[in-house]
Amino acid sequence: MTDTQSSRLAAETATGGSIVDVSFTVNGSATSVTVEARRTLSDVIREDCELTGTHLGCEHGVCGACTVLVDGQPSRSCLMLAAQAEGRDITTIEGLAGPDGELHPVQQAMMDAHGFQCAFCSPGFLMSTVALLDENPDPTSEEIREELSGNLCRCTGYQSIVDGVERAVKIMKGGSK
Amino acid sequence: MKAPPFIYHRPETLDDALALLAEHGDEAKVLAGGQSLIPLMALRMGRPAHVVDLGAIDGLAEITEADGAVSLGPLVRHEQANRSDVIAQHAPLVAQTMPHVAHRAIRTQGTVLGSIAHGDPAAEMPAVVIATGATLTATSSSGERTIAAAEFFEGYLDTALRSDEILTDVTFPAWPSTAVSSVVEVARRHGDYALVGVVTTLDITDDIVTDAALAYFGAASTAIRVSAAEQSLIGSSPSREAFDAAATIVAAELAPPADIHGSTAYRKHLAGVLTTRGLTAAVDSIGVPA
Repeated sequence: MTDTQSSRLAAETATGGSIVDVSFTVNGSATSVTVEARRTLSDVIREDCELTGTHLGCEHGVCGACTVLVDGQPSRSCLMLAAQAEGRDITTIEGLAGPDGELHPVQQAMMDAHGFQCAFCSPGFLMSTVALLDENPDPTSEEIREELSGNLCRCTGYQSIVDGVERAVKIMKGGSK
Repeated sequence: MKAPPFIYHRPETLDDALALLAEHGDEAKVLAGGQSLIPLMALRMGRPAHVVDLGAIDGLAEITEADGAVSLGPLVRHEQANRSDVIAQHAPLVAQTMPHVAHRAIRTQGTVLGSIAHGDPAAEMPAVVIATGATLTATSSSGERTIAAAEFFEGYLDTALRSDEILTDVTFPAWPSTAVSSVVEVARRHGDYALVGVVTTLDITDDIVTDAALAYFGAASTAIRVSAAEQSLIGSSPSREAFDAAATIVAAELAPPADIHGSTAYRKHLAGVLTTRGLTAAVDSIGVPA
Protein backbone atom coordinates (compact mmCIF):
# COMPACT_ATOMS: atom_id res chain seq x y z
CA MET A 1 0.00 0.00 0.00
CA THR A 2 1.42 3.39 -0.93
CA ASP A 3 1.57 6.26 1.58
CA THR A 4 -1.29 7.96 -0.25
CA GLN A 5 -3.42 4.84 -0.01
CA SER A 6 -2.58 4.37 3.70
CA SER A 7 -3.54 7.91 4.58
CA ARG A 8 -6.73 7.60 2.50
CA LEU A 9 -7.68 4.42 4.36
CA ALA A 10 -7.01 6.10 7.71
CA ALA A 11 -9.32 8.96 6.73
CA GLU A 12 -11.96 6.50 5.53
CA THR A 13 -11.80 4.53 8.76
CA ALA A 14 -12.52 7.74 10.67
CA THR A 15 -15.87 8.25 8.88
CA GLY A 16 -17.43 5.31 10.71
CA GLY A 17 -18.52 3.59 7.49
CA SER A 18 -17.66 -0.06 6.85
CA ILE A 19 -14.18 -0.94 5.64
CA VAL A 20 -14.24 -3.97 3.35
CA ASP A 21 -11.68 -6.31 1.82
CA VAL A 22 -12.44 -6.92 -1.83
CA SER A 23 -10.71 -9.25 -4.28
CA PHE A 24 -11.24 -9.17 -8.01
CA THR A 25 -9.32 -9.44 -11.25
CA VAL A 26 -8.36 -6.33 -13.21
CA ASN A 27 -7.07 -6.85 -16.74
CA GLY A 28 -6.04 -10.38 -15.83
CA SER A 29 -4.24 -9.49 -12.59
CA ALA A 30 -5.63 -10.70 -9.27
CA THR A 31 -6.17 -7.64 -7.09
CA SER A 32 -7.09 -7.21 -3.42
CA VAL A 33 -7.96 -3.89 -1.86
CA THR A 34 -9.10 -2.69 1.55
CA VAL A 35 -11.44 0.26 1.09
CA GLU A 36 -14.41 2.00 2.59
CA ALA A 37 -17.64 0.32 1.43
CA ARG A 38 -18.98 3.51 -0.10
CA ARG A 39 -16.12 3.67 -2.59
CA THR A 40 -17.27 3.02 -6.13
CA LEU A 41 -15.55 0.58 -8.43
CA SER A 42 -14.48 3.52 -10.59
CA ASP A 43 -12.72 5.25 -7.69
CA VAL A 44 -10.96 2.05 -6.69
CA ILE A 45 -9.85 1.41 -10.27
CA ARG A 46 -8.44 4.92 -10.53
CA GLU A 47 -7.02 5.49 -7.06
CA ASP A 48 -6.14 2.07 -5.67
CA CYS A 49 -5.38 0.18 -8.87
CA GLU A 50 -3.88 3.40 -10.27
CA LEU A 51 -5.50 2.79 -13.64
CA THR A 52 -6.56 6.31 -14.53
CA GLY A 53 -7.69 5.50 -18.05
CA THR A 54 -11.21 4.97 -16.70
CA HIS A 55 -12.68 8.46 -16.65
CA LEU A 56 -15.34 9.93 -14.41
CA GLY A 57 -17.71 12.43 -15.96
CA CYS A 58 -21.11 12.70 -14.32
CA GLU A 59 -20.71 10.04 -11.61
CA HIS A 60 -24.38 9.16 -11.76
CA GLY A 61 -24.65 6.90 -14.76
CA VAL A 62 -25.57 9.33 -17.52
CA CYS A 63 -22.38 10.04 -19.46
CA GLY A 64 -20.86 6.57 -19.89
CA ALA A 65 -17.22 7.73 -19.58
CA CYS A 66 -16.56 5.24 -16.75
CA THR A 67 -17.80 2.17 -18.67
CA VAL A 68 -15.73 -0.95 -18.01
CA LEU A 69 -16.37 -4.64 -18.65
CA VAL A 70 -17.52 -6.69 -15.66
CA ASP A 71 -17.37 -10.40 -16.49
CA GLY A 72 -17.33 -9.28 -20.12
CA GLN A 73 -20.49 -7.16 -19.80
CA PRO A 74 -20.34 -3.38 -20.19
CA SER A 75 -21.10 -1.71 -16.87
CA ARG A 76 -20.94 1.74 -15.34
CA SER A 77 -18.10 1.58 -12.84
CA CYS A 78 -19.47 4.70 -11.10
CA LEU A 79 -22.76 2.89 -10.38
CA MET A 80 -21.15 -0.09 -8.73
CA LEU A 81 -19.59 -0.28 -5.30
CA ALA A 82 -16.16 -1.84 -5.32
CA ALA A 83 -17.58 -4.29 -2.78
CA GLN A 84 -20.02 -5.54 -5.44
CA ALA A 85 -17.08 -6.45 -7.66
CA GLU A 86 -16.01 -9.22 -5.27
CA GLY A 87 -14.85 -12.17 -7.37
CA ARG A 88 -15.59 -10.44 -10.67
CA ASP A 89 -13.37 -10.07 -13.69
CA ILE A 90 -12.90 -6.42 -14.63
CA THR A 91 -11.50 -5.14 -17.93
CA THR A 92 -10.56 -1.47 -18.26
CA ILE A 93 -9.25 0.53 -21.19
CA GLU A 94 -5.70 -0.40 -20.12
CA GLY A 95 -6.60 -4.05 -20.75
CA LEU A 96 -7.32 -3.59 -24.45
CA ALA A 97 -3.85 -3.21 -25.95
CA GLY A 98 -1.60 -6.26 -26.31
CA PRO A 99 1.30 -6.90 -23.90
CA ASP A 100 3.74 -5.37 -26.39
CA GLY A 101 1.60 -2.24 -26.62
CA GLU A 102 -0.02 -3.16 -29.90
CA LEU A 103 -3.34 -1.37 -30.06
CA HIS A 104 -6.61 -3.28 -29.99
CA PRO A 105 -8.23 -3.09 -33.46
CA VAL A 106 -10.98 -0.89 -31.99
CA GLN A 107 -8.38 1.54 -30.64
CA GLN A 108 -6.49 1.59 -33.93
CA ALA A 109 -9.66 2.06 -35.98
CA MET A 110 -10.93 4.86 -33.74
CA MET A 111 -7.59 6.64 -34.05
CA ASP A 112 -7.56 6.20 -37.82
CA ALA A 113 -11.10 7.61 -38.06
CA HIS A 114 -10.26 10.59 -35.83
CA GLY A 115 -12.89 9.41 -33.38
CA PHE A 116 -11.31 11.47 -30.62
CA GLN A 117 -10.91 15.15 -29.94
CA CYS A 118 -10.42 15.84 -26.25
CA ALA A 119 -10.75 12.05 -25.69
CA PHE A 120 -12.27 12.34 -22.22
CA CYS A 121 -15.18 10.14 -23.31
CA SER A 122 -13.07 7.75 -25.38
CA PRO A 123 -12.38 5.03 -22.79
CA GLY A 124 -16.13 4.61 -22.29
CA PHE A 125 -16.84 4.59 -26.02
CA LEU A 126 -14.08 2.05 -26.62
CA MET A 127 -15.29 -0.31 -23.88
CA SER A 128 -18.89 -0.05 -25.12
CA THR A 129 -17.68 -0.74 -28.66
CA VAL A 130 -15.60 -3.74 -27.62
CA ALA A 131 -18.66 -5.16 -25.81
CA LEU A 132 -20.86 -4.54 -28.85
CA LEU A 133 -18.49 -6.17 -31.35
CA ASP A 134 -17.81 -9.07 -29.02
CA GLU A 135 -21.46 -9.98 -29.28
CA ASN A 136 -22.37 -8.64 -32.70
CA PRO A 137 -19.31 -8.59 -34.97
CA ASP A 138 -21.21 -7.00 -37.86
CA PRO A 139 -23.61 -4.39 -36.49
CA THR A 140 -25.63 -2.05 -38.69
CA SER A 141 -25.09 1.68 -38.42
CA GLU A 142 -28.37 1.92 -36.45
CA GLU A 143 -27.24 -0.79 -34.04
CA ILE A 144 -23.95 1.03 -33.49
CA ARG A 145 -25.76 4.29 -32.77
CA GLU A 146 -28.23 2.60 -30.44
CA GLU A 147 -25.50 0.79 -28.53
CA LEU A 148 -23.42 3.92 -28.16
CA SER A 149 -26.39 6.08 -27.17
CA GLY A 150 -25.38 5.52 -23.55
CA ASN A 151 -22.11 7.38 -24.07
CA LEU A 152 -21.87 11.14 -24.39
CA CYS A 153 -19.27 13.00 -26.45
CA ARG A 154 -19.23 16.79 -26.44
CA CYS A 155 -16.61 17.24 -29.19
CA THR A 156 -16.94 15.02 -32.21
CA GLY A 157 -20.62 15.12 -33.08
CA TYR A 158 -20.44 11.29 -33.04
CA GLN A 159 -20.03 10.82 -36.79
CA SER A 160 -16.31 10.09 -36.57
CA ILE A 161 -16.92 7.73 -33.65
CA VAL A 162 -19.47 5.74 -35.65
CA ASP A 163 -17.00 5.76 -38.56
CA GLY A 164 -14.37 4.37 -36.19
CA VAL A 165 -16.62 1.52 -35.13
CA GLU A 166 -17.42 0.70 -38.74
CA ARG A 167 -13.71 0.73 -39.54
CA ALA A 168 -13.07 -1.60 -36.59
CA VAL A 169 -15.71 -3.98 -37.91
CA LYS A 170 -13.83 -4.14 -41.22
CA ILE A 171 -10.45 -4.68 -39.55
CA MET A 172 -11.76 -7.37 -37.25
CA LYS A 173 -13.43 -9.20 -40.14
CA GLY A 174 -9.99 -9.29 -41.79
CA GLY A 175 -10.87 -6.89 -44.56
CA SER A 176 -8.85 -3.91 -45.68
CA LYS A 177 -8.61 -0.82 -43.53
CA MET B 1 -20.95 12.98 -6.02
CA LYS B 2 -19.79 10.46 -3.43
CA ALA B 3 -22.13 8.47 -1.19
CA PRO B 4 -22.13 9.25 2.53
CA PRO B 5 -20.65 6.55 4.80
CA PHE B 6 -22.79 3.50 5.63
CA ILE B 7 -22.49 0.10 7.25
CA TYR B 8 -22.27 -2.49 4.48
CA HIS B 9 -23.79 -5.94 4.83
CA ARG B 10 -23.27 -8.78 2.37
CA PRO B 11 -25.45 -11.64 3.66
CA GLU B 12 -25.19 -15.05 2.00
CA THR B 13 -28.78 -16.15 2.59
CA LEU B 14 -32.13 -14.45 2.15
CA ASP B 15 -32.97 -15.21 5.79
CA ASP B 16 -29.87 -13.32 6.92
CA ALA B 17 -30.80 -10.39 4.69
CA LEU B 18 -34.34 -10.33 6.12
CA ALA B 19 -32.98 -10.48 9.68
CA LEU B 20 -30.80 -7.45 8.93
CA LEU B 21 -33.80 -5.55 7.58
CA ALA B 22 -35.87 -6.56 10.62
CA GLU B 23 -33.14 -5.17 12.84
CA HIS B 24 -32.31 -1.97 10.96
CA GLY B 25 -35.67 -1.25 9.29
CA ASP B 26 -35.98 2.39 8.25
CA GLU B 27 -32.23 2.89 8.49
CA ALA B 28 -31.50 0.26 5.83
CA LYS B 29 -31.76 0.03 2.06
CA VAL B 30 -31.61 -3.09 -0.08
CA LEU B 31 -28.91 -3.11 -2.77
CA ALA B 32 -29.52 -5.34 -5.80
CA GLY B 33 -28.14 -3.96 -9.08
CA GLY B 34 -27.57 -0.52 -7.58
CA GLN B 35 -28.49 1.43 -10.73
CA SER B 36 -31.03 3.53 -8.82
CA LEU B 37 -29.75 3.33 -5.24
CA ILE B 38 -26.11 4.19 -5.92
CA PRO B 39 -26.83 7.40 -7.84
CA LEU B 40 -29.40 8.38 -5.19
CA MET B 41 -26.74 7.98 -2.53
CA ALA B 42 -24.13 9.76 -4.65
CA LEU B 43 -26.52 12.69 -5.08
CA ARG B 44 -27.17 12.51 -1.30
CA MET B 45 -30.88 12.14 -1.94
CA GLY B 46 -30.69 8.96 0.12
CA ARG B 47 -28.53 8.42 3.20
CA PRO B 48 -29.16 4.90 4.47
CA ALA B 49 -27.12 4.03 7.57
CA HIS B 50 -27.09 0.37 6.47
CA VAL B 51 -26.88 -1.11 2.99
CA VAL B 52 -27.89 -4.75 2.60
CA ASP B 53 -26.33 -6.13 -0.59
CA LEU B 54 -28.20 -9.14 -2.03
CA GLY B 55 -25.36 -9.88 -4.47
CA ALA B 56 -23.84 -12.83 -2.61
CA ILE B 57 -27.13 -14.73 -2.23
CA ASP B 58 -27.55 -17.64 -4.63
CA GLY B 59 -30.76 -18.54 -6.39
CA LEU B 60 -32.33 -15.11 -6.70
CA ALA B 61 -31.92 -14.70 -10.46
CA GLU B 62 -34.48 -17.28 -11.58
CA ILE B 63 -36.94 -16.77 -14.42
CA THR B 64 -39.67 -19.41 -14.30
CA GLU B 65 -42.90 -20.13 -16.12
CA ALA B 66 -45.93 -22.04 -14.81
CA ASP B 67 -49.22 -22.31 -16.72
CA GLY B 68 -48.15 -19.37 -18.83
CA ALA B 69 -47.45 -17.07 -15.88
CA VAL B 70 -43.88 -15.83 -15.71
CA SER B 71 -42.07 -15.15 -12.42
CA LEU B 72 -38.83 -13.27 -11.89
CA GLY B 73 -36.60 -13.32 -8.82
CA PRO B 74 -35.02 -10.24 -7.28
CA LEU B 75 -31.61 -10.51 -8.97
CA VAL B 76 -32.86 -10.94 -12.55
CA ARG B 77 -31.00 -8.24 -14.48
CA HIS B 78 -32.73 -6.30 -17.24
CA GLU B 79 -30.27 -7.66 -19.77
CA GLN B 80 -30.93 -11.22 -18.58
CA ALA B 81 -34.66 -10.63 -19.07
CA ASN B 82 -33.92 -9.05 -22.45
CA ARG B 83 -32.28 -12.30 -23.60
CA SER B 84 -34.58 -14.79 -21.89
CA ASP B 85 -36.38 -17.26 -24.17
CA VAL B 86 -38.98 -17.84 -21.45
CA ILE B 87 -39.81 -14.14 -21.35
CA ALA B 88 -39.75 -13.79 -25.14
CA GLN B 89 -42.22 -16.66 -25.43
CA HIS B 90 -44.51 -16.15 -22.44
CA ALA B 91 -44.18 -12.50 -21.44
CA PRO B 92 -43.84 -10.69 -24.78
CA LEU B 93 -44.68 -7.29 -23.29
CA VAL B 94 -41.78 -7.58 -20.85
CA ALA B 95 -39.50 -8.55 -23.73
CA GLN B 96 -40.80 -5.59 -25.74
CA THR B 97 -40.04 -3.26 -22.83
CA MET B 98 -36.46 -4.26 -22.06
CA PRO B 99 -34.73 -2.42 -24.95
CA HIS B 100 -36.37 0.80 -23.69
CA VAL B 101 -34.86 0.44 -20.21
CA ALA B 102 -31.80 2.68 -20.01
CA HIS B 103 -28.65 1.59 -21.85
CA ARG B 104 -27.00 -1.81 -22.04
CA ALA B 105 -24.27 -0.85 -19.55
CA ILE B 106 -27.05 -0.14 -17.03
CA ARG B 107 -29.25 -3.10 -18.01
CA THR B 108 -26.39 -5.51 -17.33
CA GLN B 109 -26.44 -4.57 -13.63
CA GLY B 110 -29.89 -3.11 -12.93
CA THR B 111 -32.58 -5.54 -11.85
CA VAL B 112 -36.19 -5.72 -13.00
CA LEU B 113 -37.48 -6.03 -9.43
CA GLY B 114 -35.20 -3.22 -8.30
CA SER B 115 -36.77 -0.93 -10.87
CA ILE B 116 -40.24 -1.94 -9.64
CA ALA B 117 -39.32 -1.52 -5.96
CA HIS B 118 -37.74 1.86 -6.69
CA GLY B 119 -41.07 2.96 -8.21
CA ASP B 120 -39.78 5.76 -10.39
CA PRO B 121 -42.84 7.19 -12.18
CA ALA B 122 -40.79 7.78 -15.34
CA ALA B 123 -39.53 4.18 -15.54
CA GLU B 124 -41.08 1.60 -17.84
CA MET B 125 -41.42 -1.43 -15.54
CA PRO B 126 -43.92 0.03 -13.05
CA ALA B 127 -46.21 0.79 -16.02
CA VAL B 128 -45.81 -2.79 -17.29
CA VAL B 129 -46.69 -4.08 -13.81
CA ILE B 130 -49.95 -2.12 -13.63
CA ALA B 131 -50.83 -2.75 -17.29
CA THR B 132 -50.56 -6.52 -16.87
CA GLY B 133 -51.99 -6.75 -13.35
CA ALA B 134 -48.85 -8.50 -12.14
CA THR B 135 -48.64 -9.89 -8.61
CA LEU B 136 -45.82 -8.81 -6.32
CA THR B 137 -44.49 -10.81 -3.40
CA ALA B 138 -42.95 -9.02 -0.44
CA THR B 139 -40.98 -11.10 2.04
CA SER B 140 -39.97 -10.20 5.57
CA SER B 141 -38.62 -12.23 8.47
CA SER B 142 -42.22 -12.74 9.61
CA GLY B 143 -43.39 -14.24 6.32
CA GLU B 144 -44.49 -13.20 2.88
CA ARG B 145 -47.48 -11.44 1.43
CA THR B 146 -48.69 -10.79 -2.08
CA ILE B 147 -49.57 -7.32 -3.27
CA ALA B 148 -51.72 -6.58 -6.30
CA ALA B 149 -50.21 -4.30 -8.93
CA ALA B 150 -52.94 -1.71 -8.39
CA GLU B 151 -52.04 -1.48 -4.67
CA PHE B 152 -48.28 -1.37 -5.04
CA PHE B 153 -47.30 2.12 -6.23
CA GLU B 154 -48.34 4.65 -3.60
CA GLY B 155 -46.55 7.84 -4.61
CA TYR B 156 -43.36 9.32 -6.01
CA LEU B 157 -40.64 6.70 -5.35
CA ASP B 158 -43.00 5.24 -2.76
CA THR B 159 -44.45 1.74 -2.74
CA ALA B 160 -46.42 -0.57 -0.46
CA LEU B 161 -43.18 -2.32 0.52
CA ARG B 162 -42.37 -1.97 4.22
CA SER B 163 -38.83 -1.17 5.29
CA ASP B 164 -38.35 -4.72 6.62
CA GLU B 165 -39.47 -6.31 3.35
CA ILE B 166 -37.70 -7.37 0.17
CA LEU B 167 -39.56 -7.59 -3.13
CA THR B 168 -38.81 -11.24 -3.85
CA ASP B 169 -41.03 -12.02 -6.82
CA VAL B 170 -43.03 -10.48 -9.61
CA THR B 171 -45.40 -12.75 -11.50
CA PHE B 172 -46.90 -11.65 -14.78
CA PRO B 173 -50.19 -13.44 -15.51
CA ALA B 174 -50.48 -15.73 -18.51
CA TRP B 175 -50.43 -13.70 -21.71
CA PRO B 176 -53.64 -14.27 -23.73
CA SER B 177 -53.06 -15.49 -27.27
CA THR B 178 -55.48 -12.77 -28.42
CA ALA B 179 -53.49 -9.94 -26.80
CA VAL B 180 -51.32 -7.38 -28.55
CA SER B 181 -49.13 -4.75 -26.99
CA SER B 182 -46.69 -1.94 -27.52
CA VAL B 183 -44.32 0.32 -25.59
CA VAL B 184 -43.82 3.80 -27.00
CA GLU B 185 -42.16 6.80 -25.45
CA VAL B 186 -40.59 10.15 -26.17
CA ALA B 187 -37.19 10.66 -24.56
CA ARG B 188 -34.54 13.27 -25.15
CA ARG B 189 -32.01 10.54 -25.88
CA HIS B 190 -32.63 6.85 -26.61
CA GLY B 191 -32.47 5.01 -23.29
CA ASP B 192 -32.99 8.03 -21.09
CA TYR B 193 -35.98 8.38 -18.82
CA ALA B 194 -38.96 9.19 -21.00
CA LEU B 195 -40.66 12.57 -20.94
CA VAL B 196 -43.85 10.54 -21.31
CA GLY B 197 -44.44 6.98 -22.41
CA VAL B 198 -47.28 4.47 -22.56
CA VAL B 199 -47.55 0.73 -22.25
CA THR B 200 -50.54 -0.46 -24.27
CA THR B 201 -52.23 -3.84 -24.23
CA LEU B 202 -55.33 -4.79 -26.19
CA ASP B 203 -57.22 -8.05 -26.20
CA ILE B 204 -58.92 -8.38 -29.55
CA THR B 205 -61.39 -11.14 -30.42
CA ASP B 206 -63.24 -11.17 -33.75
CA ASP B 207 -62.12 -7.60 -34.41
CA ILE B 208 -63.67 -6.36 -31.15
CA VAL B 209 -61.58 -5.02 -28.28
CA THR B 210 -62.52 -7.09 -25.24
CA ASP B 211 -59.93 -5.67 -22.83
CA ALA B 212 -57.53 -2.74 -22.83
CA ALA B 213 -54.81 -1.29 -20.64
CA LEU B 214 -53.20 2.11 -21.12
CA ALA B 215 -50.46 2.61 -18.52
CA TYR B 216 -48.50 5.86 -18.61
CA PHE B 217 -45.06 6.62 -17.24
CA GLY B 218 -43.58 10.08 -16.75
CA ALA B 219 -47.14 11.39 -16.54
CA ALA B 220 -47.97 11.49 -12.80
CA SER B 221 -46.37 10.84 -9.41
CA THR B 222 -46.65 7.10 -10.13
CA ALA B 223 -47.23 4.96 -13.20
CA ILE B 224 -50.91 5.50 -13.96
CA ARG B 225 -53.72 3.90 -15.98
CA VAL B 226 -56.48 5.97 -17.56
CA SER B 227 -59.52 3.75 -17.18
CA ALA B 228 -61.94 6.09 -18.95
CA ALA B 229 -59.85 5.85 -22.10
CA GLU B 230 -59.52 2.07 -21.71
CA GLN B 231 -63.30 1.74 -21.31
CA SER B 232 -63.88 3.85 -24.42
CA LEU B 233 -62.02 1.25 -26.48
CA ILE B 234 -63.74 -1.85 -25.11
CA GLY B 235 -66.59 -3.18 -27.24
CA SER B 236 -65.58 -1.40 -30.43
CA SER B 237 -63.40 -2.31 -33.38
CA PRO B 238 -59.86 -1.02 -33.33
CA SER B 239 -59.86 2.05 -35.58
CA ARG B 240 -58.06 5.34 -35.93
CA GLU B 241 -61.22 7.17 -34.79
CA ALA B 242 -61.50 5.04 -31.65
CA PHE B 243 -57.80 5.58 -30.90
CA ASP B 244 -58.06 9.35 -31.34
CA ALA B 245 -61.11 9.43 -29.06
CA ALA B 246 -59.12 7.58 -26.39
CA ALA B 247 -56.22 9.99 -26.89
CA THR B 248 -58.52 12.96 -26.30
CA ILE B 249 -59.69 11.45 -23.02
CA VAL B 250 -56.10 10.80 -21.92
CA ALA B 251 -54.92 14.32 -22.72
CA ALA B 252 -57.85 15.72 -20.75
CA GLU B 253 -57.44 13.44 -17.73
CA LEU B 254 -53.70 13.49 -17.15
CA ALA B 255 -51.92 16.45 -15.58
CA PRO B 256 -48.24 15.47 -15.71
CA PRO B 257 -45.91 17.42 -13.44
CA ALA B 258 -43.62 19.91 -15.20
CA ASP B 259 -39.85 19.91 -14.95
CA ILE B 260 -36.90 21.44 -16.77
CA HIS B 261 -37.41 19.04 -19.70
CA GLY B 262 -41.10 19.66 -20.38
CA SER B 263 -44.12 21.63 -19.24
CA THR B 264 -47.40 20.12 -18.10
CA ALA B 265 -49.08 21.28 -21.33
CA TYR B 266 -46.38 19.67 -23.47
CA ARG B 267 -46.56 16.41 -21.57
CA LYS B 268 -50.37 16.33 -21.80
CA HIS B 269 -50.02 16.79 -25.54
CA LEU B 270 -47.43 14.02 -25.71
CA ALA B 271 -49.63 11.66 -23.70
CA GLY B 272 -52.39 12.13 -26.25
CA VAL B 273 -50.10 11.71 -29.26
CA LEU B 274 -48.49 8.64 -27.71
CA THR B 275 -51.90 7.09 -27.00
CA THR B 276 -52.74 6.98 -30.70
CA ARG B 277 -49.20 5.93 -31.56
CA GLY B 278 -49.17 3.15 -28.97
CA LEU B 279 -52.55 1.76 -29.95
CA THR B 280 -51.58 1.84 -33.62
CA ALA B 281 -48.26 0.10 -32.90
CA ALA B 282 -50.05 -2.57 -30.87
CA VAL B 283 -52.53 -3.47 -33.61
CA ASP B 284 -49.89 -3.13 -36.33
CA SER B 285 -48.11 -6.08 -34.77
CA ILE B 286 -50.96 -8.36 -35.85
CA GLY B 287 -51.91 -6.52 -39.01
CA VAL B 288 -55.31 -5.30 -37.84
CA PRO B 289 -56.18 -2.32 -40.03
CA ALA B 290 -56.39 0.81 -37.96
